[in-house]
Amino acid sequence: MTSKISSAVLPAAAPHTADRDRGTRIALILLGLGVAVAAPFLLYPVFVMKVLCFALFACAFNLLIGFAGLLSFGHAAFFGGAAYVTAHAAKVWGLEPALSILLGTASAALMGLVFGALAIRRQGIYFAMITLALSQMVFFLALQLPFTGGEDGIQGVPRGRLFGLFDLNQPLVMYYFVLAVFLAGFALIWRTVHSPFGQVLKAIRENEPRAVSLGYRTERYKLLAFVLSASLAGLAGGTKALVFQLASLTDVTWQMSGEVVLMTLLGGMGTLLGPVVGAGFVVALGNYLAATSLPVPVVIGAIFVVCVLLFRRGIVGEIAHHLRRRST
Amino acid sequence: MHDTILEAVGLTKEFKGFTAVKEVNLQVRRGTIHALIGPNGAGKSTVFNLLTKFLPPTAGRILFKGRDITAMRPADVARLGLVRSFQISAVFPHLTVLENVRVALQRHQGTSFHFWKAESSLHALHERATALIEAVNLTPWTGHTAAELPYGRKRALEIATTLALDPEVMLLDEPLAGMGHEDIERTAALIKRVAADRTILMVEHNLSVVAHLSDTITVLRRGEVLAEGPYAVVSRNAEVMEAYMGTGTHGAGHA
Repeated sequence: MTSKISSAVLPAAAPHTADRDRGTRIALILLGLGVAVAAPFLLYPVFVMKVLCFALFACAFNLLIGFAGLLSFGHAAFFGGAAYVTAHAAKVWGLEPALSILLGTASAALMGLVFGALAIRRQGIYFAMITLALSQMVFFLALQLPFTGGEDGIQGVPRGRLFGLFDLNQPLVMYYFVLAVFLAGFALIWRTVHSPFGQVLKAIRENEPRAVSLGYRTERYKLLAFVLSASLAGLAGGTKALVFQLASLTDVTWQMSGEVVLMTLLGGMGTLLGPVVGAGFVVALGNYLAATSLPVPVVIGAIFVVCVLLFRRGIVGEIAHHLRRRST
Repeated sequence: MHDTILEAVGLTKEFKGFTAVKEVNLQVRRGTIHALIGPNGAGKSTVFNLLTKFLPPTAGRILFKGRDITAMRPADVARLGLVRSFQISAVFPHLTVLENVRVALQRHQGTSFHFWKAESSLHALHERATALIEAVNLTPWTGHTAAELPYGRKRALEIATTLALDPEVMLLDEPLAGMGHEDIERTAALIKRVAADRTILMVEHNLSVVAHLSDTITVLRRGEVLAEGPYAVVSRNAEVMEAYMGTGTHGAGHA
């Protein structure tokens, strides 16, 4: 139909900006890696590991809400559920730590498949309510099943030796292991967002009927996104169980599902770094407030209200927006 | 014998006791531009949603290339080659113009579920996407997001995206609505051009706009077919003039 193909694919200005973007991105990545490697020498390692686990959890959640437009209010089920499975595998079955975490992740993936299959046909608030209801069922199971230890949870989970070689009881070894898990999870999310699948996902988020009219069976794409997100949340939960040597009811409560929503919104929904910043902020704030007499939920709630009213794009979202506006 | 590519038989849609579409029989011939017109509330858009399976019919059958598609899902109908546009411009606002077209092209690559593959694996589609973008005169906009486009250009992008699927039948829902005079002429010319090797069924509000564009015009009124035929026949139909254009005998003449 068309006689010739234009050689000018992009407007003239684009390659220049792309180059500069790339330079900034590489600089940012190096800076982030430097900070991550140096962090255990500057801060309490367990604190940084906690931040990394929650950051991965929030990134997993963000993959679903930020790139597929689905608000899950039951992600604690995957996070906490995987923590129980990992803790049980490491403590009772005496499995190697990486394998224990892998089992936890697989159980979260399976739960994600079931939850997703049931919830994905509904939209908006109904979708959120179904995920909430299902995660409350997981909470109830965690309270009642014999292997979970009821109110006590599973305590004294051994960290073990990674691949039988590295002793994870050494704080620094454990830290770099957690960092490696986080980076692997983050890299997978980055790849997913920038993949052929990620493109379809964004199209569905932007305009689902149009994606259908182009021949995409959108439920299947949403289900895959849901399973990926659940698996990564499980990876975070399983890792956390080894860090704290504990799997407890706290991790499967609906409050935990709420906390991850908060972290993501505060940091910047739909940005890759936002959930990391949000998780760091919320965890740090919790630690700081624990030493004071201020009630944590009230302070966090107030910050959330301010965030929604004043900077809706979240911390990273606002910064990115201003940088973009200045560059054009 | 006419070569019918899309056919509706006794198509009916009721919403809680209100009949929006009543026993509509429609035959779209292969290779023609067929317009569906009628005043507001005549059921044009409902017929459209029924044909593309975005709404389930209460009664009646839909045949595409002789095959019964009445029970099919909308995505599968699209895969058969019956692709629609939407009344409110349907683009992916935060994707670039190039990405918008590429999303339509990438399904055929068979990697749409591959979350582990790099985005650069889609670059092979850029040549075809660029050609489609040029065909609708959007080349200068290639790297911009769809949200930045003026309204008329969004409609052009939508047509390019639909064309990317190379559909046998294109259904355009008010492709000229809300456009300025210049945009109308450009888009009408574009529709004429892309109709060269495919069938088009379009919904339009305005009879004069489709007058010299369509081979066949079906006039709907209150969910029923009032008249059908080429413009010359339909525009002289007394009932059409009364129902659709008031008594506007002149209105129809202006193109």
